[in-house]
Amino acid sequence: MTVNVYFDDVKVGDEMPTWSRTTNFMHWNRYAAVNDEFVPFHMDDDDGRKAGNQQGAFGMGNLRYAYLANALRDWIGDEAEIREIGCQYRAINQKNDTLSVVGKVVEKEVVDGENRVRLETNVMNQNGEATCPGHAVVVLPNR
Amino acid sequence: MATGVDTLISPAMQEAKGQWSEPRLSPPISLSDIRKWAIATYWPETPPPLYWDEDYAAGTRWGGIVAPLDFNPFAWPVKRLRPPAAAAPVEGVRLTGINGGQTDTYGEPMRPGDVISARTRLADFNERQGRFGLMLYTYNEIEWTNQNGEFVRRRIATGIRY
Repeated sequence: MTVNVYFDDVKVGDEMPTWSRTTNFMHWNRYAAVNDEFVPFHMDDDDGRKAGNQQGAFGMGNLRYAYLANALRDWIGDEAEIREIGCQYRAINQKNDTLSVVGKVVEKEVVDGENRVRLETNVMNQNGEATCPGHAVVVLPNR
Repeated sequence: MATGVDTLISPAMQEAKGQWSEPRLSPPISLSDIRKWAIATYWPETPPPLYWDEDYAAGTRWGGIVAPLDFNPFAWPVKRLRPPAAAAPVEGVRLTGINGGQTDTYGEPMRPGDVISARTRLADFNERQGRFGLMLYTYNEIEWTNQNGEFVRRRIATGIRY
């Protein structure tokens, strides 16, 4: 039983631990293989350029979403729940970008008997650019 | 890029707006697919045992292995069907489509053996001038339930075409 964080202990303004990956074809091809997401602009530099990205092929939004979910899961532990995740893909995941999932608690409330904690989230790249602004709601146990 | 047209919104899209598709069933979720999904999305780190270790998972509140939240049980269809909600934009324009984002609400977790039912509708759309000329934004709603009729996930997915 892993409880990493209790509702009682979370405060507005708290930040969850940063979760990072440096991504390239090794990550994208594995993701394409499980999600059957063999879109040419994720696979091939020429197709990436044809789609308007001069640096070539670029990473999947869905993989960045997975990183968000993984970061939340690793923070709250297996005994808590993720109720909602939302995000917008604002900047491209270029090859060899280091993506870091960040999140800050903005609200705590009990709704329908659930201890809900709302976070503002983002996926930052190594240049400090916010690539994926969003939010999440997690349900945490009482101590 | 869309050139030579005033709109990308087609009569088919107007007609499809708000109409739920017929439900579509996933193949039964396999333990192996869950494990591979977790490996791919945690690569190169080891994924949490909740996604691959039966003994560990049995001791959690879930009582067994569950799928990562973002797991897609509809990946790798034998036959590719265009869902009714994906009504095509106007004809004669070659468009690039990208994933604009999504908001997902979660209920019951997905487990090995589950069969997920999905229904989809084109909830809304709009278009505006953007970085790549005329850009079409579509909002598809996708609702998943499991074989017990329990709510699994609702997604509002933003698609961008230009």
